[in-house]
Amino acid sequence: MALSYLRSSSSRSANLLRPLSSAASLRRPISTDTTPITIETSVPFTSHQCEAPSRSVETNPSELLTFFRDMALMRRMEIAADSLYKAKLIRGFCHLYDGQEAVAVGMEAAITKKDCIITAYRDHCTFVGRGGTLLEVFAELMGRQAGCSKGKGGSMHFYKKDSNFYGGHGIVGAQVPLGCGLAFAQKYSKDESVTFALYGDGAANQGQLFEALNISALWDLPAILVCENNHYGMGTAEWRAAKSPAYYKRGDYVPGLKVDGMDALAVKQACKFAKEHALKNGPIILEMDTYRYHGHSMSDPGSTYRTRDEISGVRQERDPIERVRKLILSHDLATEKELKDIEKEVRKEVDDAIAQAKESPMPEPSELFSNVYAKGLGAESFGADRKELRATLA
Amino acid sequence: MLATASQRILGQSFQNIRPAVSVLRSYSSAAKQITVRDALNSALDEEMSADPKVFLMGEEVGEYQGAYKITKGLLEKYGPERVLDTPITEAGFTGIGVGAAYYGLKPVVEFMTFNFSMQAIDHIINSAAKSNYMSAGQISVPIVFRGPNGAAAGVGAQHSQCYASWYASCPGLKVLSPYNSEDARGLLKAAIRDPDPVVFLENELLYGESFSVSDEVLDSSFCLPIGKAKIEREGKDVTITAFSKMVGYALKAAEMLEKDGIYAEVINLRSIRPLDRSTINASVRKTNRLITVEEGFPQHGVGAEICASVVEESFAYLDAPVERIAGADVPMPYAANLERLAVPQIEDIVRAAKRACYRSVPLAATA
Repeated sequence: MALSYLRSSSSRSANLLRPLSSAASLRRPISTDTTPITIETSVPFTSHQCEAPSRSVETNPSELLTFFRDMALMRRMEIAADSLYKAKLIRGFCHLYDGQEAVAVGMEAAITKKDCIITAYRDHCTFVGRGGTLLEVFAELMGRQAGCSKGKGGSMHFYKKDSNFYGGHGIVGAQVPLGCGLAFAQKYSKDESVTFALYGDGAANQGQLFEALNISALWDLPAILVCENNHYGMGTAEWRAAKSPAYYKRGDYVPGLKVDGMDALAVKQACKFAKEHALKNGPIILEMDTYRYHGHSMSDPGSTYRTRDEISGVRQERDPIERVRKLILSHDLATEKELKDIEKEVRKEVDDAIAQAKESPMPEPSELFSNVYAKGLGAESFGADRKELRATLA
Repeated sequence: MLATASQRILGQSFQNIRPAVSVLRSYSSAAKQITVRDALNSALDEEMSADPKVFLMGEEVGEYQGAYKITKGLLEKYGPERVLDTPITEAGFTGIGVGAAYYGLKPVVEFMTFNFSMQAIDHIINSAAKSNYMSAGQISVPIVFRGPNGAAAGVGAQHSQCYASWYASCPGLKVLSPYNSEDARGLLKAAIRDPDPVVFLENELLYGESFSVSDEVLDSSFCLPIGKAKIEREGKDVTITAFSKMVGYALKAAEMLEKDGIYAEVINLRSIRPLDRSTINASVRKTNRLITVEEGFPQHGVGAEICASVVEESFAYLDAPVERIAGADVPMPYAANLERLAVPQIEDIVRAAKRACYRSVPLAATA
């Protein structure tokens, strides 16, 4: 406590003192410091059919440092996945989330693991936010046994049921009715929890979304639809796909909020507001104004339909990690070196996890036939040449 | 008329007694007659009573008492939280049902007919069937999709398709199709209790038909195994496989064949996936001849799979080519005479059986 008093008085002498003391003992008080700080979001919220929450967000040093660390981890993880894909260790589809980290991290800060999250295929960071480990991520991406889906799912099919993360879906838009179904089940079970169903600006035009929203509003389901608007549905800009790209208004009779998705605190505030709303009044839409630095997937350079200036402009002006770094530094919650050390640590964690994942073996051939059913009833299944390869499903 | 016909059929199957049937017989004193509709309704009622996680969802299932009255009385008994009337939005409500199953509830989703399931087929296949596999067992999907399947009477091309072969081709799904009231009760209860997604294909024209059922069948614990076919009638000369309404036709065909000295063995598939290949093959190894019967389109149909299985497993036992009786390879016409030509008739089954027994009029040689 004495140390933080020194820090908040923010004298240059305190800055000079810092490098001399041991980094470890300094770091501990910072990362557990829950002294409330109020910070304003970058922009106010825009609302539809509801009253916007305040742009003053309550946070604390511990939370801000956690944001920084978690986002740095996610960023490093996605960049490492890019390299692994180019090295052909990851196959098929790989949709990266770098740039959008604030949505995953801000959401977790507002909710508990009893609340459900479901998303589409850009799911690596969402999975980590729900408590998934780096090993589970990299091993799954490389199709190994230590993967979260034992190598059977791949990039688009991460799940973590014990922390209510329901994937991981490859069919654009399908996750929204599924998410409303989770909310239905939460209400049915009287669990007092909510579901966040994430979808992109491309998926926002899907008919099934409106079908599910209609039912959710009719039945007052605690469903929060979160449009991660990164402004491009694969190669199609939002203005070419949506007659009305005001996604937070598309719910018509369902209230909505437009949020700066690059501001983790704004995301946190919006999710907190949405959870309270959904538990009392049924569905609400959150539109997160965000951006992905990578293309749609690893097969897409991402620069044929966007200018490099646009991409670097967002990185300079709106990067979510830089925003939190500036906040931490301006509030004197850590030094530049300490933050760089965190980034180094995180990089090592990622490298270690990749090394460990590479050690994990590919699934046994018998796994071809496992988990087809929860209860196989002794049914037969067959390989390509059924006289050569067949199995009895347990 | 129909009721006495089914009584006669049942009487005959009792004559060809297998041990399991005699157990049933000793259990029951006076056999009761119930319609397939009542069988389904009682199955839903009992499973909802036994497990609070079971709920119903679909168009008109609640206040309307069910489009075909299958869910009659259930809204009054269990309330609007467990019997939910949905808007006419199959993609939306099926996705919601699957999501609820992800969380651990046990939805029974009704399609007014399975033709409308095509609006929601992505959720049945990609969201339900494949999830347990893709998640390596984390996300199981204990859902039932039920409703009338196949041809009705005069409802035209868009309302008459049979979806058995489409759904049964998909790993991760279980596909059941009851014929009589015992099937309806036992298979629906099994489906609801099963932890995997089950497609339950009923038949509108069978809903009103009555069948005798024993006390055992009426007991609330009654359940039939999934993946096991039933030999409805034993025979030695030719095997006839069928499911749903065609079981009744096959049994009638067997009676007609008997007059000509051909004793047909009729297998009621009950389960399209898993398919009971061992019962079918054992029967063909006994009779050496096979007719497959289905209402749906012939190409890539259920009969094609059965034929392939028998050729693979029991080729040496076949004394004649496998015969397929199926719906005509055309969209279902409306005019009554054309509709009759588009759906298998009893005489089609009889003719094919005689061909397989080399008892038909020889074909004229073609140029």
